[in-house]
Amino acid sequence: MTLRPAVSEHDHAAGRADAPLTLVEYGDYQCPHCAAADPVVRAVQSAFTDELRFVFRNFPLTEMHPAAEPAAEFAESAALQGKFWEAHDAIFAWSRENGPASLGLEAFESIALGLDLDPRQIERDVSSHRHLERIKSDFNSGVRSGVNGTPTFFINGQRFDGAPSVKDLSAALKAALSARR
Amino acid sequence: MSRILAPGSLAPDFTLASAPDRKLTLSEFRGKPVILAFYPADFSPVCGDQMALYNATLDEFRKLGAQLLGISVDGVWCHAAFAAARHLKFPLLADFEPKGSVATRYGVYDAEEGISGRALFVIDAQGVVRWSYLSPAGVNPGADGILDALEGMNQLGSKS
Repeated sequence: MTLRPAVSEHDHAAGRADAPLTLVEYGDYQCPHCAAADPVVRAVQSAFTDELRFVFRNFPLTEMHPAAEPAAEFAESAALQGKFWEAHDAIFAWSRENGPASLGLEAFESIALGLDLDPRQIERDVSSHRHLERIKSDFNSGVRSGVNGTPTFFINGQRFDGAPSVKDLSAALKAALSARR
Repeated sequence: MSRILAPGSLAPDFTLASAPDRKLTLSEFRGKPVILAFYPADFSPVCGDQMALYNATLDEFRKLGAQLLGISVDGVWCHAAFAAARHLKFPLLADFEPKGSVATRYGVYDAEEGISGRALFVIDAQGVVRWSYLSPAGVNPGADGILDALEGMNQLGSKS
């Protein structure tokens, strides 16, 4: 299973562009497993520092998770205000604290307030589906790449089929790093 | 499990219940490609399970002109509850009586467990199997293989 298309400047990426490791996650903001995996990703980022770049692509399972797509639109709108990762983390944190079923307009308003985002801009973007095309294109790239559930991770373009735990992800990242050397 | 039906074979025709009061016959779909997705059971505990993923991928299948049919040995009422819970927008067929007979004809019935394997078939507009795949137990095969197979067929079709 190979990532297609490869990571580009259109992706949301954290970390150095020339990092030897790229971890890509396809995730759904209303999926409890993705919410649980988010701190795992942060821990792995802290452990690998400059050696790791992290990319998030949207994979909302809209029929199963009605708030997944609006949440993705919220995060994309926050990106225009320079706060993609803040919004991304805040949505997953909200989901862990209040349960994924509580995600919705009220949650987004509260998160926007907390992050000092312009609420009118967010509201306009989400209601006009300004970022829906991008989200769908993320989704389709996931389907093409063999995403078979959420979260699905790719390490340097290859699907990672282990458990999304710090231990398993770190081991796979270390293996990928030594394979490059 | 016997051998999975290989590409080039004529897809065995069947009639199965798709709802308590409705039956569906494979050959009714002649003229358009059909994706048959055999799966072990309704209600698996994971997020984004195979049927939920295909539900989300329906638009892509439709763009390629294909009809998706899910099949398991579960009965119609179980299918109805599963489809309602997951908001599934494609038919689920009940290979229920005699149990697993369609899965057996496609070579994907697991008689020991009494369930169908996770198997995919892409059938062309003439009713011929063009691609088939049996996934290892417990592994959701995703949708990329189906899309590749459908696109491959479309390209061949447009060349001839």
